[in-house]
Amino acid sequence: MKFLRLIRTAIRALLRNITRALLTMLGIVIGIAAVIAMMEIGQGASTAIQRTISSMGSNTLLVMPGAQRSGGVSMGAGSNLTLTESDCDAIVRECPDVRQAAVIVRTSSQVIYGNRNWTPHDLYGTSPDYLDVRDWQNLAEGDTFSDRDVRNGAKVCLIGQTVKRELFQGESPIGKEIRIRNVTFRVVGVLSQKGANLMGMDQDDIILAPWTTIRYRISNQRSSSSGSSSSSSSSSSNSVNTLSNLYPSTGVVLYPEKSAVQQADNPMPVRFANVDQIILAARSAASIRTAMSQITELLRERHRLAADEDDDFQIRDMTELTNTLASTSRLMTRLLLFVALISLIVGGVGIMNIMLVSVTERTREIGLRMAVGARTYDILLQFLIEAVILCLLGGIIGIALGRGASTIVSVVLRWPTQISVDAIVLSVVVACAVGMVFGFYPAWRASRLDPIEALRYE
Amino acid sequence: MDLIQLHDIWKIYRLGDLDVPVLKGITLTVAQGETVSLMGASGSGKSTLMNILGCLDHPTSGQYLLEGRDVTKLSVNERADLRNRKIGFVFQNFNLLARTSALENVVLPLEYHHHGLTRHESIERAKRLLDRVGLSDRMHHQPSQLSGGQQQRVAIARSLINEPSILFADEPTGNLDSRTSGEILEMFQQLNAEDGITIMLVTHDPDVAHHARRVIHIRDGCVDGDLVGHATVAGGGERP
Repeated sequence: MKFLRLIRTAIRALLRNITRALLTMLGIVIGIAAVIAMMEIGQGASTAIQRTISSMGSNTLLVMPGAQRSGGVSMGAGSNLTLTESDCDAIVRECPDVRQAAVIVRTSSQVIYGNRNWTPHDLYGTSPDYLDVRDWQNLAEGDTFSDRDVRNGAKVCLIGQTVKRELFQGESPIGKEIRIRNVTFRVVGVLSQKGANLMGMDQDDIILAPWTTIRYRISNQRSSSSGSSSSSSSSSSNSVNTLSNLYPSTGVVLYPEKSAVQQADNPMPVRFANVDQIILAARSAASIRTAMSQITELLRERHRLAADEDDDFQIRDMTELTNTLASTSRLMTRLLLFVALISLIVGGVGIMNIMLVSVTERTREIGLRMAVGARTYDILLQFLIEAVILCLLGGIIGIALGRGASTIVSVVLRWPTQISVDAIVLSVVVACAVGMVFGFYPAWRASRLDPIEALRYE
Repeated sequence: MDLIQLHDIWKIYRLGDLDVPVLKGITLTVAQGETVSLMGASGSGKSTLMNILGCLDHPTSGQYLLEGRDVTKLSVNERADLRNRKIGFVFQNFNLLARTSALENVVLPLEYHHHGLTRHESIERAKRLLDRVGLSDRMHHQPSQLSGGQQQRVAIARSLINEPSILFADEPTGNLDSRTSGEILEMFQQLNAEDGITIMLVTHDPDVAHHARRVIHIRDGCVDGDLVGHATVAGGGERP
């Protein structure tokens, strides 16, 4: 009740001199407006930067089969065959923090077109989702292959810019046929330029084809070419590809053929649906951790691993990139915070100045109020409340102005902006705090006045 | 009962190393319902005495009983409360809040102690008082739209809103012409007669002082003369 009266008194005192009140408010209005506009534009920019970095693959995770051990000798990562396409489907379906996933079957081979040949760095069998995972949907030419092509094992492929340059030399590759290990693939699209990755490897030196085609027609042909991903079971796919009989394989066999006893000792799983890797994209940089734990849980369950068994797969993330991303966004946030802080302090000092002037100007009023019975804290509170009301009102007007400014910027300049609820809440709180802190000194000065002196003040 | 009892009041200001005594042992009593003038040249200490009487200041030494209660030991805030409930002030320069209606000015003291009144009741009381000082048609005017005499009447209405037992008027007619001065002084006499409010006028003007029944002369910080009775003869209405 008492407090309500004080608030009313303060409001009335403010209304008594609206010009002065508006001038006092101006500092904080500009301060808060600057904060809001900066935060929204800055956050938009920050998001844009993060999106750019994440298109480099910072949100990308790689699931590899675990290492196979044979009598204490590890065969290295990916030597075991545990991942299947249905694992990939399950991950997309059941892990909420995974945005998209694609299987990868890797192989390496010479590619021939006409009288030219080239050995691409990456020859991937995958699904169309791969482009989504890699953020690579905008093709330079043509179109991607479809899920149906994957199901049918169609002989189509996408080629990277480097492959196009090496094989086609300015010719349009769309519809042309290239030969990979004597299997003809029709080029349906050309990927856009991606450049080198962080390790300096050319990402455009790539051919993508349906993973079923690569798996059954290419990589199972020769046991040596794709490491242990093929096995003696590949004989079945050999019979599919009749061309391979035309040109007998002359690959170097590094290891002597296993005897029947050895094979019985080390049985290789026969699973045609095996894939070499699953590449997937987390929803955001922040959800990488949770995505990894969701995948781990899911795959352990799917692979029926007992609690004490080691994972039969590994998940790799792009730690370096993720860290870069995190530090970039941290830097942006700090920068914005500094700018915000400075403008708020400037606004607060402005408020304090005008409040001090106002106290001097209203000395007689303060003296009178004291003479008719205002206690020191009545005066203190009145001036504090005045300051806080000014700051709050100024804050609200500032928020409106700042939002307006950022909207204009986003409409006119087409900069990305983002509503920052944090900034709005923060600036209201800060506005009140500024009012309290910078209003306190003038209010304290006012409450210290001697009523006799104050009444005599001219 | 005596409203005011002063006993050996001293007020000493320190200017650097120098002690300047302004009041030198003032002893006096004022009964409920009296009209008293404090008279003296400027520098005589009458304003200091009024500040002490009005609980705006406290004496360096001595005893001051207001309605039998010692007020010299009260804290700043307790004195503020006391001023609010017992004492009304009328100033030479009116001290009305600018850009504020007469009505709001009169209600002002109730912002600090509402005496159990609702906002509506406060307004009603202020209206009655403005009506009583003859400004019922000027309630919503701001001070700048009122003449000096009207402003002083608003100030009187304000001093009365808390129904004080004593009213201090510091040179209330100092800024007014003689005709309005007469009206204002008459109003004080009327308040004294009708409500029994004790009136204390502080002035250097003998004509004004003689509107009070009792005139106390202050000279050099001491009571120089205390005359009762003769003033009524020269009362405002009977002057030429």
